[in-house]
Amino acid sequence: MTVFADQLLVLVMLINLVMLGSSRLIFSIRAVAVQGVILGILPGLIHPFSYHLAGITIGIILAKGVIIPYLISNAVRKAHIRREVEPFLGYVPTLLLGAVFTALAFVFAEKLPLAPEHRDLLFVPASIATLLIGFLLLTTRRKAISQVIGYLVMENGIFVFGLLLTEAMPVMVEAGALLDLLVGIFVMGIVINHISQEFSSIDTSRLRTLKEE
Amino acid sequence: MTDIIIHCLVALLIPPLLLGVIAKTKAAFAGRVGAPYLQPYYDLYKLLRKGSVFSETTTWVFRAGPIVTLAATLIAALLVPLGRHASPISFSGDMILFAYLFGLSRFFTTIAALDTGSSFEGMGAAREVTFSCLTEPTLFFALITLARMSKSLNLSTILTHPSPTAWLADGASMLLLAAALFITLLAENSRIPFDDPNTHLELTMIHEVMVLDHSGPAFGIILYGAALKLFVLGAVFINVALPIATGNALADWGIFIVAMLGLAMTIGVVESVMARLRLVRIPQLLVGATILSAFAMLLVLR
Repeated sequence: MTVFADQLLVLVMLINLVMLGSSRLIFSIRAVAVQGVILGILPGLIHPFSYHLAGITIGIILAKGVIIPYLISNAVRKAHIRREVEPFLGYVPTLLLGAVFTALAFVFAEKLPLAPEHRDLLFVPASIATLLIGFLLLTTRRKAISQVIGYLVMENGIFVFGLLLTEAMPVMVEAGALLDLLVGIFVMGIVINHISQEFSSIDTSRLRTLKEE
Repeated sequence: MTDIIIHCLVALLIPPLLLGVIAKTKAAFAGRVGAPYLQPYYDLYKLLRKGSVFSETTTWVFRAGPIVTLAATLIAALLVPLGRHASPISFSGDMILFAYLFGLSRFFTTIAALDTGSSFEGMGAAREVTFSCLTEPTLFFALITLARMSKSLNLSTILTHPSPTAWLADGASMLLLAAALFITLLAENSRIPFDDPNTHLELTMIHEVMVLDHSGPAFGIILYGAALKLFVLGAVFINVALPIATGNALADWGIFIVAMLGLAMTIGVVESVMARLRLVRIPQLLVGATILSAFAMLLVLR
């Protein structure tokens, strides 16, 4: 089963790169939803079955695969934007940077003092790579919505790391983290709507100067 | 010995058929009957009988272009193993020769294009060189990954190494490699979505614009060379993507030929359902392919 989990983690890392290369927001949102669903399947592959596990799987697939993408795409529709135009750093450079980050994540994971049973799995490098790429998305994209997507990718990275500990993690903590994320996305969706209503643009680089009326 | 003879016969005779299959698939998608499967052979025969017109501004470089291109591609066809059989020529490190034979043929195509002094052909040459310097790392990363897997620098060993067991063990990296090699195959052979081999608008052409001034036998040689290049890179892809070996030599040849025709159909389907990419998007996709194969290497090196 761990071989299959590794293939899924490769898919997760590929989705990261796809998101770095795509300019269509709806496409990025779908990609992040697919990533969320994969993350939901993963715990079932590496841990033995329990009700706790089933609950986590369903909760994650619902939250990351359905509700959050729905909230963001709603915000996209209301703000009338389709594409990320002119990111701070172009798509090809970010793609290359993303590849370098992924490679560095592998190198870094080799150096970490991990438990022997986790050493040969892809979980740690995949989580670090996803985290770094989420960070890259957050910093290089101009639109508030792309930044929310970057934040989600970053959270997914943290989640992959947490997967190794699923057994030790109580349901309450898990549910709390998911709830935080949901509320966060909800608030960001509202904020984006307000920004686009007030300023007719959600380009965050224009939000630098304070204005008094 | 029989394998070598079959290798040469298959490599010499099958390539134009692939073009015919691609054209037929596209015609079927468009609801037309389409040209017969053997049309490329008729075209080649027609072109070889014709006379050539050479512009006065051209030099020997222009005449040498198609011939060197075809010769380099023919040698590459002798280096690549077909249908799980070792290739006629192989030595340690021939993967680098293999990659740079394409570089040589491309160099001669582009300087032959520049030799005409036409601004359109210069533009096509510039594009071809730009895109090929983005596909070359993809091919190299893929070959290095396979070399690492098979612990050999010999193209025959490298490309006959992939097997169903290798797919099960390193499924992820093999899948990445297959995807990267398919993108390289489309880009190197100037197929849609990178370039349209049937386009007749000089501004959008890449490969076709470079050969506008060639006529008669020279153009026939170019067409045949292009078909052969498709065949050779297709064989590399098939060796990685469909590593089926029955053990029976003749059955393996049969499987290989059927797989090549299937690949031609796949290319036809891709050309029918996809639109051409905008020129600015092409480098992005090519860099993406490079990253795929680099990622495959990363997974294998681990």
